[in-house]
Amino acid sequence: MALKMVKGSIDRMFDKNLQDLVRGIRNHKEDEVSDRRIKQELKQDNIAVKANAVCKLTYLQMLGYDISWAAFNIIEVMSASKFTFKRIGYLAASQCFHEGTDVIMLTTNQIRKDLSSPNQYDTGVALTGLSCFVTPDLARDLANDIMTLMSHTKPYIRKKAVLIMYKVFLKYPESLRPAFPRLKEKLEDPDPGVQSAAVNVICELARRNPKNYLSLAPLFFKLMTSSTNNWVLIKIIKLFGALTPLEPRLGKKLIEPLTNLIHRYGGRCCFFHSRLVKCLLGGSLSLFPDARCLCVQKLRILIEDSDQNLKYLGLLAMSKILKTHPKSVQSHKDLILQCLDDKDESIRLRALDLLYGMVSKKNLMEIVKKLMIHVDKAEGTTYRDELLTKIIDICSQSNYQYITNFEWYISILVELTRLEGTRHGHLIAAQMLDVAIRVKAIRKFAVSQMAMLLDNAHLIASNTQRNGICEVLYAAAWICGEFSEHLEEANQTLEAMLRPKVTTLPGHIQAVYVQNMVKLYASILQQKEQAGEKEAAQEITQLMIERLPQFVQSADLEVQERASCILQLIKYIQKLQVKEVPVAEEVIALFAGELNPVAPKAQKKVPVPEGLDLDAWINEPPSDSESEDEKPKTIFHDEEQRHSKPRHPEMDEEELARRREARKQEQANNPFYIKSSPSPQKRYQDTPGVEHIPVVQIDLSVPLKVPGMPMSDQYVKLEEERRHKQKLEKDKKKKKQKKEKRGKHHRHNSLHTESEEDIAPAHHVDIITEEMPENALPSDEDDKDPNDPYKALDIDLDKPLADSEKLPVQRHRNAEALKTPDSEAPPVEKKSKKPKKKEKKHKEKEKDKGKKKEKEKKVVEEEEEKKKSSKHKKKKHKKEKEEKSKDKKKSKKKHHHSEEEMAESVQNGTLDDEPLPVSSCVLATYDIQGNLQNDSQVTVSVIFENKSTSFLKSMELNVLDSLNTKMLRPEGSSVHDGIPVPFQLPPGISNEAQFVFTLQSIVMAQKLKGTLSFIVKNDEGSTHEKLDFKLHFSCASYLITTPCYSDAFAKLLESGDLHMSSIKVDGISISFQHLLAKICFHHHFSVVERVDSCASMYSRSIQGHHVCLLVKKGENSVSIDGKCSDPTLLSNLLDEMKETLSKC
Amino acid sequence: MRFVLLFSRQGKLRLQQWYRAGAERDKRKAARELMQAVLARKPKMCSFLEWGELKVVYKRYASLYFCCAIEGADNELLTLELIHRYVELLDKYFGSVCELDIIFNFEKAYFILDEFVMGGEIQDTSKKSVLKAIEQADLLQEEDESPRSVLEEMGLA
Repeated sequence: MALKMVKGSIDRMFDKNLQDLVRGIRNHKEDEVSDRRIKQELKQDNIAVKANAVCKLTYLQMLGYDISWAAFNIIEVMSASKFTFKRIGYLAASQCFHEGTDVIMLTTNQIRKDLSSPNQYDTGVALTGLSCFVTPDLARDLANDIMTLMSHTKPYIRKKAVLIMYKVFLKYPESLRPAFPRLKEKLEDPDPGVQSAAVNVICELARRNPKNYLSLAPLFFKLMTSSTNNWVLIKIIKLFGALTPLEPRLGKKLIEPLTNLIHRYGGRCCFFHSRLVKCLLGGSLSLFPDARCLCVQKLRILIEDSDQNLKYLGLLAMSKILKTHPKSVQSHKDLILQCLDDKDESIRLRALDLLYGMVSKKNLMEIVKKLMIHVDKAEGTTYRDELLTKIIDICSQSNYQYITNFEWYISILVELTRLEGTRHGHLIAAQMLDVAIRVKAIRKFAVSQMAMLLDNAHLIASNTQRNGICEVLYAAAWICGEFSEHLEEANQTLEAMLRPKVTTLPGHIQAVYVQNMVKLYASILQQKEQAGEKEAAQEITQLMIERLPQFVQSADLEVQERASCILQLIKYIQKLQVKEVPVAEEVIALFAGELNPVAPKAQKKVPVPEGLDLDAWINEPPSDSESEDEKPKTIFHDEEQRHSKPRHPEMDEEELARRREARKQEQANNPFYIKSSPSPQKRYQDTPGVEHIPVVQIDLSVPLKVPGMPMSDQYVKLEEERRHKQKLEKDKKKKKQKKEKRGKHHRHNSLHTESEEDIAPAHHVDIITEEMPENALPSDEDDKDPNDPYKALDIDLDKPLADSEKLPVQRHRNAEALKTPDSEAPPVEKKSKKPKKKEKKHKEKEKDKGKKKEKEKKVVEEEEEKKKSSKHKKKKHKKEKEEKSKDKKKSKKKHHHSEEEMAESVQNGTLDDEPLPVSSCVLATYDIQGNLQNDSQVTVSVIFENKSTSFLKSMELNVLDSLNTKMLRPEGSSVHDGIPVPFQLPPGISNEAQFVFTLQSIVMAQKLKGTLSFIVKNDEGSTHEKLDFKLHFSCASYLITTPCYSDAFAKLLESGDLHMSSIKVDGISISFQHLLAKICFHHHFSVVERVDSCASMYSRSIQGHHVCLLVKKGENSVSIDGKCSDPTLLSNLLDEMKETLSKC
Repeated sequence: MRFVLLFSRQGKLRLQQWYRAGAERDKRKAARELMQAVLARKPKMCSFLEWGELKVVYKRYASLYFCCAIEGADNELLTLELIHRYVELLDKYFGSVCELDIIFNFEKAYFILDEFVMGGEIQDTSKKSVLKAIEQADLLQEEDESPRSVLEEMGLA
């Protein structure tokens, strides 16, 4: 026994590793054997054997075997301690786990363990695996762990963590807001891999919901100008492509760097071009016609290239341009038509797409003619179907705008019916109906064409079952019936509709036939009666009575019902006719009135009347207990009986015969059962088989081309002649100096370009617009797909985080370590889990501390470091600090008008923009905001506006740092270096740049002196200019408007660790409401509660100081009591407030 | 990117990585359809194929087709570049790679792909850092595989 086991193991060890399996499969295909062996191996305790087995399974899975039964074993291997096995386990999991795998929830803890493993490759392999099979549950449970990893010390892990966040967001959208600040941080990660990962993720997010990411534009702009990584550049350019339509100002800014990029890469990187073009299209391009022409020209070169890939991309890019600027593409029609002849289907399809936008009144016929030729030549139904839909799309676009001759269009549609095996019969039918109903002038022609179609129905319906084209008969029958007054040979058409062959058509078409033959019959009857041909009228009635029974026996209920109803009606008419009573008027009255087209969305747009709640119950629903207990039982019981009988498998002949008898008996007694009538026609219908259908009816001598069918080509010629004539006439008129407009269009919605106005439509056509209900609500919401997975990610990212938005954390593991970026304590966090290992890492870190700004640093350390450096700087700047600056500011206050502009760019709802000084050429306004993610940083957004007529460039902003406040400069630059403004300003243009300042203490207001230097360039040359200014950091600018609930507010006040101070301002005349608004606006407070003329307000500083206010209004005075964790901050804030209020 | 497929000229799947988990049956059906569509195309045709709502970018290297399915808004040439880079990585790793390398060491091919692309997004654009990560992981694996006693190997220890 033992020997056997040993032997088995040796076998496995020596000859059944993966390679052997692969070899075995390649040689013999004896998969079954190895399959069984693997199962045996999985049962072993030895993890190595198990891992080997799982590895083999992964291979087998690729060959098409279902290995889901081994899911549990895979998890076992995943949890192996050795990397070798873990790797295999995760690989197998990534291949075969999905949301339906039930054991997947068992992996949560294992993955969490691996994520926090000290070995970075363990973590990496877990992240990679997770990215393939992440489920909403896993995403929710692990989101916080992954977020922690985003600030891991190793870039390898950071990179992976950032990437996987995208998957997590998709599965668990709630995680987006808490994680976003950190993700944004990673855009500026020192490691290029992490940076590109972050760009990737944000670009993907932004592409779906661009409007939420507009505020990141400046950051990406910076990245674009600084990055040298092509992959990242392409992503960013794509992102801007999505952003520009929302922010037109961006387009202008982008022009310059993009042109630089084009020049840098020249023709080498063609894919830049196509990307570029897409991006430039954001509407902004219309401002730069030159650039557009250039693009289209370059694209033409691409399309003419022999490389098929470039050709394809050229066409693709052109179709993007087409959407916004059809005119510039139209000149390349020749090229695109040429592409239709390409062998490659992908290219042909692209070219087809382009054609759609290129048609005009002038060239529609020509283009469609070419397409028709292609339809004839096309191999393969998919491409032919595509052509067909495109032809119809092209012709019907924007309310048939480009069709000048509807006779031509009808004949095109009729020609299309000759296509065999197309799936789009219903499309053609819908077009026929639409045109016939909405274009009144064409009805006569349409009816004659449709009559012809009905007459030749056997050509169309030759192979009913698989032939979608017979749908057109539906349209033909309806049109002939509805507009029968236009029919010349009504008798003949009626005959055609009554042919026995019709009964082989699908039910719904037959139903339309039956209904419409009555309409036809009615109009014939009227004709004959008016002409006094009584016999002819009776003949036609007789014909109906003879032929209708074949429809009465139809298997289709609808047909049967209509036919038997009508048959009775006609029999009655016959009786009246025999009595020589005139009936036609009454019969025709059945179909009086006109059917108007109704817009497809009409029903949806009916406004809900006031006071009607559609969601409310009209009657309360019955209680659950009742319905569940009793009713269903009986129903199920009944149904079971009914269903089980016919399914009974062992039904012997006798039983069957007995039942048949019983059924016949039942039928005989049932007055509603239509019994088979003994008419001769009936009999051949009863017997199945085609041979009984009389052959006489089929007109075999019909040539392949439908007789008398108008060829659309004729219309093309006719149209040309007509246009020529028109032109001549017009010329004549011009000579006579008459500026009469010809061919006034009656069409709705038609847009004419000047060149097209020359062509008047052949008929004066009136397209009836589709009917809409009165007071229809205009809305475009219907277009959005509610199932779009990205819709859930449409989240406003600029709103400050609420406490409730923290990511779920498993409390028992590290309850204190949980952290989201919004919480108040500085981000030390999370690393307390494994102190031992952390220590090690910490040492490593300290070595390169100078370079990296890691968040994990202990706050104490950080502060120490800052103190050191600030001492150092103190010496340098002492002098400069003392310097008094000219106070230009006040005189410039009048420039407050740029507030509107600011409001757009300001996030966070905080607003305090103050004008910086102006020279003759520059006006700058700025706004200071606290940085949510960093407690010692504020962002100053400055808007520069060029007021002069010259071009401003090489702008550079420099500030003299103070002890407390320093401008954040790029690494390696000294405190004397200015920061270049990343753009140039053409005359009259304004643009925004952001500068980050770090500060130590925020309890005092600060003023910084600075200089803006720039070069003014105009026709005469360029001069270098300087402008001094002062930045005023008020205490209020360190506050962040934070909502607070009254109970939390009360607790805060009760806690007693707040210092108190108060002020009183007299001479206030504005209303209390107005006053509160002013405080909220200028000082970033939010109102907690308001009772009469008393209100409590709250705000928080970027360093987490709570500030509470109690504002009371007396007569002509206001008193403010403040409480704050820092007394200095409070008194400074109150002083600022006093100043604001005293101005009221 | 939705998925990556590698298959031979004979229509044998050599590697598949799906970045959106789905039922086995759907995956297999999609792979089969796609292989048919790609194999039917002639060599001179362009590398792009519109396939339902997705776009397929493929390229043939010797007897192997490398094939990526991307969404409409993704960049086609970038994907082509990505395929090429993956091939380069394989080539560097195996030393002039051939189909047999991928058949017999398919798990390595997967590991390389996973280091290069994650969750459908390019993870690292630098070839060097991808290869470095793979090498180090392999090193770690070799350490693991330090000699064990025969008995342990047999599962008797």
